[in-house]
Amino acid sequence: MSSEHHRVALRPEQAMIPTGHPWNRFPVIGAACAVLGAAACAFLGAANPKQFFFSWLVSFLFFLSLALGALFFTLFMYACQGGWGIVVRRTCETVFATIPVMAALFVPLLFGLQDVYSWSVPGAAEHDALLRWKAPFLNVPFFLIRATIYFGCWSFIALLYYRLSRGQDATGDPTVSARLRKLAGPSIIVMALTSTFASVDWIVSLTPHWYSTMFGVYFFAGSFVGFIALLSVVAAAMRGAGLLDTVISTEHLHDLGKFLFAFTSFWAYIGFSQFFLIWYANLPEESIWFKARLEGSWTIVSLLLMAGHFGVPFFYLMGRTVKRRGWTLAVGGTWLLAMHFVDLYWQVMPTLHPEGVRPSALDVAAFLAVGGCFVAAAGWLMRRQALVPLRDPRLAESLVFENA
Amino acid sequence: MPFLLNQLPKGPHYGILAEFATPADLYHACERVRDAGFTRWDAHTPFPVHGLEGAMGIRRSPLPWIVLVMGLTGAAFGFGLQWWVHASAYPLVISGKPYFSWPAFIPITFELGVLFAAFGAVFGMLGLNRLPMHHHPLFRSKVFERVTDDAFFISIESWDPRFDPSGTGKLLESLGARSVELLES
Repeated sequence: MSSEHHRVALRPEQAMIPTGHPWNRFPVIGAACAVLGAAACAFLGAANPKQFFFSWLVSFLFFLSLALGALFFTLFMYACQGGWGIVVRRTCETVFATIPVMAALFVPLLFGLQDVYSWSVPGAAEHDALLRWKAPFLNVPFFLIRATIYFGCWSFIALLYYRLSRGQDATGDPTVSARLRKLAGPSIIVMALTSTFASVDWIVSLTPHWYSTMFGVYFFAGSFVGFIALLSVVAAAMRGAGLLDTVISTEHLHDLGKFLFAFTSFWAYIGFSQFFLIWYANLPEESIWFKARLEGSWTIVSLLLMAGHFGVPFFYLMGRTVKRRGWTLAVGGTWLLAMHFVDLYWQVMPTLHPEGVRPSALDVAAFLAVGGCFVAAAGWLMRRQALVPLRDPRLAESLVFENA
Repeated sequence: MPFLLNQLPKGPHYGILAEFATPADLYHACERVRDAGFTRWDAHTPFPVHGLEGAMGIRRSPLPWIVLVMGLTGAAFGFGLQWWVHASAYPLVISGKPYFSWPAFIPITFELGVLFAAFGAVFGMLGLNRLPMHHHPLFRSKVFERVTDDAFFISIESWDPRFDPSGTGKLLESLGARSVELLES
């Protein structure tokens, strides 16, 4: 009702990063981090290649999962014709447009396959009946073919949605939105299948005897929480930096907070369900994975995840005011991003260090290298484009959105 | 229960009912009634009007707190019950697990938390709205029947400190009311 009075038309210059604004420096900052991180990786990794490949895998999975979460989120919004989130959609598009960069960052892992994935060592299956049984799937050529398929599908969908949305800024063609909505359904199916298989290939196969039918959903849940956390932080930071401060309103922050709250619970629900069924049935080939994570100092990380990835944020994000204030939402988002990293670290690292948590300088170096590339790519795109889809037919609806 | 008895104004008049033609008329009238300082009044519409709670100046409901307390109570009850049963009252070894196997308690803890929270939401809402109520003086008005169809109403109750049968009626007329009616208790 009242909102109709403030209907605003957005001018392109209001939606660009102004010249001289500090956010113009992101590509340089990102590139500097990437160079620094890569140098540190080369220097430290030469002495300890095994640690390097594992550290790289964690950081690669972290930033890749954020990009996949962004793509899922955008596809969901198209599929269900969500109007409220149009003002943050360009930010999602910027994040998932980095997927081709992620494909390039996957390549270093190929040099350490045998260090990371025990099944890829020649002869590994010879005295191992389970690995022999799994060999038609778990072999290096097919692993590479699958990785190519994943990155092919993701890049294709990501660039399609990015390009057409950017194109709409110029043409204002409303049929673009209709077309992308029709494609969203099939794309979600492709994304669900490929991300499930990718998580099995890259995380589950670290423990090649283990299997869990829920792992794909668990990976999705973590990715989605991670991305919504990132989006909350970026949206709050944008308002703080005077970008889109008249566009992204308290109402949008509130909805991001609700999403964050909901999917933190979803992550816990899926995570616990996976643990619960395996713990209850107690079959050796299923329970080895959790056994490794409930021994020594990994127990502390497991408890930290329960409290930090669910308990604390659940109560923190429950209230209304926390979600509607930029800085309190950003604190929650930053915390959950950190927890998402811990989650992936906890999934990957016990394979390398079954004796307990062994933090390494290479963890930091790999994070800087991969994260620097991610920030540089996203920051570079941000400078070249409007920060909102200017001529999306539903932008006006999103601008005046209010929580009932 | 005293709050159920004190739900309606005492005295000869229940209050004043004013009918408005459109949601916009009602919305703006609500803003003026709110700004005039009335506290015991309500708006009635056939469908939800967005932002009306702001125009009426309604404070946030305490319902979320009721739901939170009920949810936590339910979860604590569910967990405590299983703890008592499995680890104290009837210690049986089930599938080789310890007596106090907390992971096994989580589904029921969760379900009871949700169940109690839902009870809190439903019955808390009914209680805060003073429902169920078998009759209401507003139903004496013939025009009020259209509240489920195509008319929009403001009712101001006679126990509002600012209520005055003729003055309040004139105020509502000046806000564009299509008809104004004084209702008996």
